[in-house]
Amino acid sequence: MSWTDLGWIVLSVAIFIGFITVVVLALTYAERKLIARVQQRIGPMRTGPFGLLQPVADAIKLLAKEDLTPGRSDKATFWIAPVVVFVPAFVAWVTIPFTRDIAIRNLEFGILFIMAVSGVSVAGVLMAGFGSFNKYAALGGLRAAAQLMSYELPLVVGVLGVVMIAGSMDLRVIVAEQDAVWYIALQPVAFLLFIIAGLAEVMRPPFDIPVAESEVAGGPFIEYSGMHWSMFSLAEYANTFAVAVLAALLFLGGWRGPAPESGWAQDMVQALWLLVKVSGMLAAMFWLRTTIPRLRIDQLMAVAWKGLLPVAFLNVLLTAFYLYYGWPAWTITAMSCGVMGGAVALYYRRRSARRGMPETARVRVERGRVVG
Amino acid sequence: MTGEYFTDYTAVLVATIAGAVMVLSGFLAAMVVSPRARSAMKDIPYECGVVPFPGRGWTQTHIRYYLFAILFLVFDVEAVFLFPWAVIFLGPEVASAVFYEMLVFMGILFFGLIYAWKKGVLEWR
Repeated sequence: MSWTDLGWIVLSVAIFIGFITVVVLALTYAERKLIARVQQRIGPMRTGPFGLLQPVADAIKLLAKEDLTPGRSDKATFWIAPVVVFVPAFVAWVTIPFTRDIAIRNLEFGILFIMAVSGVSVAGVLMAGFGSFNKYAALGGLRAAAQLMSYELPLVVGVLGVVMIAGSMDLRVIVAEQDAVWYIALQPVAFLLFIIAGLAEVMRPPFDIPVAESEVAGGPFIEYSGMHWSMFSLAEYANTFAVAVLAALLFLGGWRGPAPESGWAQDMVQALWLLVKVSGMLAAMFWLRTTIPRLRIDQLMAVAWKGLLPVAFLNVLLTAFYLYYGWPAWTITAMSCGVMGGAVALYYRRRSARRGMPETARVRVERGRVVG
Repeated sequence: MTGEYFTDYTAVLVATIAGAVMVLSGFLAAMVVSPRARSAMKDIPYECGVVPFPGRGWTQTHIRYYLFAILFLVFDVEAVFLFPWAVIFLGPEVASAVFYEMLVFMGILFFGLIYAWKKGVLEWR
């Protein structure tokens, strides 16, 4: 490694800090505007033209707010928790490429690295929960840990299907391998798993149970204010953006699209294509927030362990056979559609079976205790 | 190759430090700018405005969190084995036994999931 390499790394990390700050500010504005439109409001309008300066005003307000540490809290744990949540969210971006040439550093184990690093932030949420010395915070922290761990598995096993077909964990190679067909066509099950588990991993609605204000009043972040709180929200939006970018890279062909053959124009147009796909994914995620109500925690865990995980394993199994025996490409698409259809059919059969029962018959009591 | 590897993970180190510096400088700026006014009322745990229920600030932890954590550990370690396998199992120098062995491994673990399911570990009550 030479000094030039180090210089490039430091420079690109510095540029990226500016980039991610702008992205987060833009996302908060876009989300508020989009949700407002769905609810037939117009959203922020007062600060600047079309309320464009609203995120800046919010940032200044958060900076000028008292950064309170509650009296009986575990001071060190409470103070350091936002760092533990934010740093993994930031480090995961090291290996995410924006075009073939633009990335901080392309790692050989890209996708595995991203998922390993982003798993660390669970520790930060738990620290926030326990450091606050607050019952709601402790409950929310535990819920967050349970949810993040449970949805990590369908996410990882779902992505495995893509890694098998591409034959590499390098994100650049994965995009390059989508030359003929986007992986959403070969791995629709993995795509759905990735979106559902990704939403749960960033704790966005309908999976925002750990921070549900109607149940645990803000969860692990209840005692936080000012700058400490805004770091959690910064990490959440950085993660949301990461999920959208990864979905575009892994399944939607990344930066592929009609573009000039070479030169800087090619890079620019390709980055624009990625931006278009990512914006679509983000709009869908914000839209889901406005239309789907929050799940219950037992439903949440059941979905992860009894629904998504078996489906993810089935997907890996089918993909393995498809690749090993060299079946034609349409077979994997057909099998994936079969898996999805089967899962939906099974769900509705079980639901209608439960529907038939009267409400009281669903509860079973043994030795004075409700057991099911 | 070694040089490349070193450069790759230097980038990770630089990003870790930069991320931490970014957060800490935010805290520092808030320390300089924001007001501080301590009071006894602000120090009590927030429980939606009422006086907090007496007792410890931490609740007891149900055993089910532990069980889910154990299950997670089993499957996540499996994922660590699955990823290298997924990259190489189609290679020409790899014996066909590698393919079937991993299927057996996955089968055993999946049996574990079914066992936990039947034992009622996956019920959240």
